[in-house]
Amino acid sequence: MKRFIGFVKKEFYHIYRDKRSLFILFGMPIAQILLFGFAITNEINKVEIAILDQAKDATTIEIINKMATSKYFSINRYLAAESEVEGVFKEGKVKAVINFEKDFGEKMVKRGQATIQLVADATDPNTANSITNYILSIVQQYNQSINLHQVGGPQVLTQTHMAFNPELKSVFMFVPGVMTIILMLVSAMMTSISIAKEKELGTMEILLVSPLKPFQVILGKVVPYILLSIINAIIIVLLSIFIFKMPVQGSLILLGAESVLFILTSLSLGILISTIAKTQQTAMMISLMGLMLPVILLSGFIFPIGSMPLPLQIISNIIPAKWFILIIKGIMLKGVGMAFIWKETIILIGMTLFFIGISTYKYKIRLE
Amino acid sequence: MKDNKVIAVKNLTKRFGDFLAVDAISFEVKAGEIFGFLGANGAGKTTAMKMLIGISKPSSGEAMVAGFDVYTQTELIKKNIGYMSQKFALYDDLTVRENITFFGGIYGLSRATIKEKVKVLVTELKLENIIDQLVGALPLGWKQKLSFSVSLLHDPKIVFLDEPTGGVDPITRRQFWEMIYHAADKGTTLFVTTHYMDEAEYCDKVSIMVNGKIEAMGPPKLLKERYGAGNLNEVFLKLARGSKPNE
Repeated sequence: MKRFIGFVKKEFYHIYRDKRSLFILFGMPIAQILLFGFAITNEINKVEIAILDQAKDATTIEIINKMATSKYFSINRYLAAESEVEGVFKEGKVKAVINFEKDFGEKMVKRGQATIQLVADATDPNTANSITNYILSIVQQYNQSINLHQVGGPQVLTQTHMAFNPELKSVFMFVPGVMTIILMLVSAMMTSISIAKEKELGTMEILLVSPLKPFQVILGKVVPYILLSIINAIIIVLLSIFIFKMPVQGSLILLGAESVLFILTSLSLGILISTIAKTQQTAMMISLMGLMLPVILLSGFIFPIGSMPLPLQIISNIIPAKWFILIIKGIMLKGVGMAFIWKETIILIGMTLFFIGISTYKYKIRLE
Repeated sequence: MKDNKVIAVKNLTKRFGDFLAVDAISFEVKAGEIFGFLGANGAGKTTAMKMLIGISKPSSGEAMVAGFDVYTQTELIKKNIGYMSQKFALYDDLTVRENITFFGGIYGLSRATIKEKVKVLVTELKLENIIDQLVGALPLGWKQKLSFSVSLLHDPKIVFLDEPTGGVDPITRRQFWEMIYHAADKGTTLFVTTHYMDEAEYCDKVSIMVNGKIEAMGPPKLLKERYGAGNLNEVFLKLARGSKPNE
């Protein structure tokens, strides 16, 4: 045990004295979570729009007021003629123009319908899409509100409820993803690099000739990273709760336990990588290409798995991150307990055992 | 070690597939001896040594190191030997003191013993000024001396040195051999691989390996006589070209 503590202490010296790994360990998680949380976002927030109101009657003013008071839009300016629309878009600030036809209110009353033209800046198709959806829903609400006062005529009233994330906050989607990436990065990449470093410098040989057993050496290398990963996970959860107001509906203890499980899965992957990689650079390349890219692209973090082509959907199953993201989304957003995530948990446990198994096997071959 | 032998090897063989890396070598090393294990690169020196220090399993043959069997008692062997690799592997980002403490620790030395050892090393090697410096900042010669001292920390019966003087200047090499003699005087057995033939002259006994086999063995003086050579380098070249002793 005393030997072991000495080993762990030495490992902390390595981490502490290497500014680069310190940065990866603590700078990156915080930077990433803030970046994903604030900057990279799908939400609409105070988007600038312009209004071309050719009617200027009570109805149009009411609709415009609804837009202006919603937190999604801010009205940049009022246009006087259709010819101005193009110029406004070229300036770039305004993302959408709402055009009310002449005599809007009158037509509404007399014919029962009137037209709004919606022009959106589709240089960024995703944003354009969301903007039109938000505008449409505001108009729809207005429609329903006037219909309520009228009697007669059957009508369908749709009520949408966005379950678990009523405000469609994209940070709810990013936090689980970022947490996954960071735990993977810290655990898998940092351990594989630090083990490869010992090989590269020749100290691994010295350690193997010492009375320490190989599994003690590996354990000694891994334990500091387990501790650091747990600290990271706590930082991320705290940031998401206090800065992004993300709820944790489920049990914090379960969340912690599942995070530790995923940390172990990542560590075992890191150990596996280090049995292949002889140098730190190889270890880093394998970790980045073999782990990071699949985690970002195929785990369902950014692109929904359901809309991927079938072969990719199948491949996504072998990515541990996919299962962990399902687990944390379940716990944090839906508040589910073990009864709903036992399958994912078993898969992660299975993967961990599998990786440790291959590493041990590969290690034995080397020793023969 | 009733008979004073600390290493006894008989027909030790290591096979990788069809390739015989070490071909039935046999030799003995006595306590306190400096044993030079010579051979060209790729002759099988390192493979043979790895079997003796317990990190590679022999394919066949017998070997006892420090009185323990290399098949079944590698853990005991590891406790009783020291090892210094050709890379002088200490941790560059740890200070001299931290390195000593760490390696002493993994050999199970108590904190008090380690402190004592540090004190002794500081006086012996005149480390006052560098004891708290990072090892990475030290010249190669220093690293090598430290590396050797670290391999001696737990007072092993045998120390295995794998090409310990690669890449250092002649003066430092000379100083290093003085350290080796000093250790041998205290009764430690030294098993040294090298391909510097001039260094081999300092050994009590050498073996010369060619293509996995030990082609010649004995005290340097005897080998030179037997092969009619002025120095070990000539003996080595003759063996490598496949000639037989004069007699």
